[in-house]
Formats: sequence, structure tokens, C-alpha cells
Amino acid sequence: MSVTDQVIAIIAEQALLEPEDVIPDSTLESLGIDSLGLVESIFAIEEAFDITVPFNANNPTASDFDITSVASIITGIERLRAEQSRA
Amino acid sequence: MKRVVITGAGTINALGHSVPETYAALREGVCGIGPLDIRDVDRLQIKIGGQVKGFEAEGRYNRQQMSLYDRFTQFTLAAASEAITQSGLVFTGELAARSGVVLGTAGGGVSTWDDNYRAVYEEGKNRVHPFVVPKLMNNAAASHVSMEWNLKGPSFTVSTACASSNHAMAQAFMMIRSGMAPAMVTGGSESMLCFGGVKAWEGLRVMSRDACRPFSANRNGMVQGEGAGIFVFEEFEHARARGAEILCEVAGFAMSSDASDIVMPSKNGAARAMAGALADARINASEVGYINAHGTGTAANDKTECAAVADVFGPHADRLMISSTKSMHGHLIGGTGAVELLACIMALRDGVIAPTIGYEEPDPECALDVVPNTAREAKVDVAISNAFAFGGMNAVIALRNL
Repeated sequence: MSVTDQVIAIIAEQALLEPEDVIPDSTLESLGIDSLGLVESIFAIEEAFDITVPFNANNPTASDFDITSVASIITGIERLRAEQSRA
Repeated sequence: MKRVVITGAGTINALGHSVPETYAALREGVCGIGPLDIRDVDRLQIKIGGQVKGFEAEGRYNRQQMSLYDRFTQFTLAAASEAITQSGLVFTGELAARSGVVLGTAGGGVSTWDDNYRAVYEEGKNRVHPFVVPKLMNNAAASHVSMEWNLKGPSFTVSTACASSNHAMAQAFMMIRSGMAPAMVTGGSESMLCFGGVKAWEGLRVMSRDACRPFSANRNGMVQGEGAGIFVFEEFEHARARGAEILCEVAGFAMSSDASDIVMPSKNGAARAMAGALADARINASEVGYINAHGTGTAANDKTECAAVADVFGPHADRLMISSTKSMHGHLIGGTGAVELLACIMALRDGVIAPTIGYEEPDPECALDVVPNTAREAKVDVAISNAFAFGGMNAVIALRNL
């Protein structure tokens, strides 16, 4: 499964939606994912990709991980995978 | 002072998934203790317990709930639903704003601690699920009850080891008696039957490997149980005005502290709690027909408790009945007083005294009528429920037929 498909699967499960209903432009808010759901999604992403996501729920927008949309999350994961596999 | 009555009861424990199932088992002297079905049981020396069987979280709760509900919370919610449904109360407006939840638990989310320690220590993982803290916290069960039933008044969790539930119910009782709250959801729950939970108890060397035989000369220790007991306590006039079915009156209670030893019980502390409960309820010792004993099945507790009963009740100690239902459902630790209160309610309402099963040999140091092995019919007007905790913290509740 591609990174995109995996992320969409994780987010769809969290939002109780079918994967077809989650598109790259979707925002977590538009999918009905609340703050607890967001933290759970990030945990699931970390588990799935074996990465550490620098995310602080106290101030999500200040984190070095853009959660604006599904597409931005995918971009962030790809960057982290590249960085953390180098480390 | 307001009078306090019980208008709803719910439970889940090794004897049944409801109050009627539990009453039926208590009447029949069913033993709910058996081989433990838990991970790594082969590494335990103590392999028995009063485990709740046939209760699967899958299907009962959705994925989000499962990630937030430890087993002790699951038990609590199941029992609370039975109790609140029976009471017929719907918490809205002023009633919701003033009614709360006070529950007892000794360990809270023990299996959540256990599972996540395994993950980070045994499996070497460096990351745990984000909800570990809200799942394991001791007040999680009370919080979820408040959320599910819209209880917006005073809510908290009390933790006094094996007396947690009795201390919790005492708080709920006081709040209603003083006029602070019209109704309270109260009781307690425990779920320690996981590898770490049993291993910790094993260390103390007070656990039986074969059975819980309270008061019997050949008793050899306690057996852990699990589950929940939840009640709706309600101000008497409030209950009467709405025509609610009243199960019994909570007549009084007392708490005492031994202030002596962290694990050894004290006759004086136990006696002061029992005598105090009678005084608080303005009940003469001779009116008490039944005592649900703390009766853990340890050498120390049972003889100390019997001596305390003799002190408090004098010659009447030989006429009253005292039984330990821990012989059937095991010791639910922080939830035990709540489940055992059911035996008192059954005695008052149905005139059936639950037996002490597994009783094999009389012990001269426990020479009371312990209702050995078989339930008995008897008319009882007043019953008391004892809980004497490690740490020397005692709480006794007195119930009366209205």
C-alpha cells in the first residue's frame, strides 16, 4: 500500500468513514476528527510508519508537522521517513 | 437530616452479570471461583480467582470507547446502567446539576498499567497509545458514568484498598443526608485479575491456592475477584414523591482508623466502626439480624472480626447471622463492599441469608453463626456490611427495611 493509501486508511478508520470518502484535500475538521481523534491518528501513523511525529497537542499549528489537510499530513510523513531513515 | 434510601442496584461479578443472577447464585451457594484464564497464568503461583466470564467488551463498546474504557470502567458502566435503569431516574435540569457519582476502587485501571508496562519494558516499544492516562486513572469509571448519565453534581473516586466502596457509599450517603444532593450514583469496581495484579498479591503470601473458606479452621487465605456493584442512593422524600420502588433504607455508617499497622487488622478499629454505624443509625445492637462480614478467609481477619463482633454485640453475637460471600465471588478489593451490600439487601427484602460456602471445620476463634454452606430463610430488619482495609481503614454501613 502506498503512503497515501495507508494514511487515508488510518484517517478513514478514525473518522468512521469509508476510504473513498477521504480525499487529499479533506481537512481533519471536515472529517469530524476531534482533538482526541487527532492524537490517536498521529499515534496510528507513528505505529504504521515507524516514525516519531513532532506533534504537541497544546499548540498543533506550531508543531513542525502540518496537519492542515490529508495531503499535508502525507507530505509530512514522507519528509519524516526520509529524515528518520537517514538518522 | 434527610433520610436516604436505595432505589436502584446493579452489578457484574463472578456470580452473575446482573442483580437477579447474583441473588440466585447467592441463594444457591454457587462458587464463582475457578481457574484463572489470563495471560502468563503459568508463571503465577496463585492460579484461581473469581473472574467475570462471558463479558466481552467487543460488540458491547465501539472502538473509541474500547480505547478509553479499562475493564474496571466497563464493569462500572454495565452495573450503573442496571442500577440507574431500575431507579427510573432521568437526570435533567436541577436534578442533574446536583446529583453526582462517588465510586470506590483500589487499583483503577490495573490491566491498562499492566499491558502498557509490558509494551515498553517487555516488548521494548517506545510509544504507547495516547489514551493510557485517561484509561487507567482511578476516576475514569466515575467520569464515564457522569458523562453517560448526565450527572453534573459532586463526583469523585475514593480509594481505601478493600474498604473503598464502603467509604465511597458513605460519602454519597452523607451528601444526601445533609441535603447537598437529591440522588447519588455510588458503589465501586475493581479489575485486578491480570498477571501484574495477581503477582502483586501473591507477594504478600496471604492468597489461597485452592479456595476461600472464611471462618473455617482450615482456611488458608483470600481469593481475588473482580466486578462492580453500583447503587442509586436517593433522598427518601424525593423517592416517595415519584413513587419509586425503595429497596431499603441506608440507616447509618461509621468509619474508623486502626492507626496501628499497615496490614494487620485491629479488633478495636473494627469494633469502633461497627458500634459507630449502629450509633449513627440509632439502632440497638439487638436489632441487627445479619452481618455481611469482611470475612476474607485469612487467618488474621476472620478471628479478629469475630472477636470484634463479640465485643460489640455481647450475647446477641450468638443470635445474629454473619456470613462471608467472598467465599463465592472472591474478594473484589475496592469493589467488594458494593457487591456485598447486595447480600444485605437480599437478606432484608427476600429474607434469604447468603451462606459462607467452603466451610469445613469449626474454628473456636470464629464461633459465630456463619451460615455455613447453605442459605437460610430468616426475617431480618437490620443488616450491616463490614469492610476493613489494609492500612487499617474501616467503614461499616447499616441498612434497614423501611
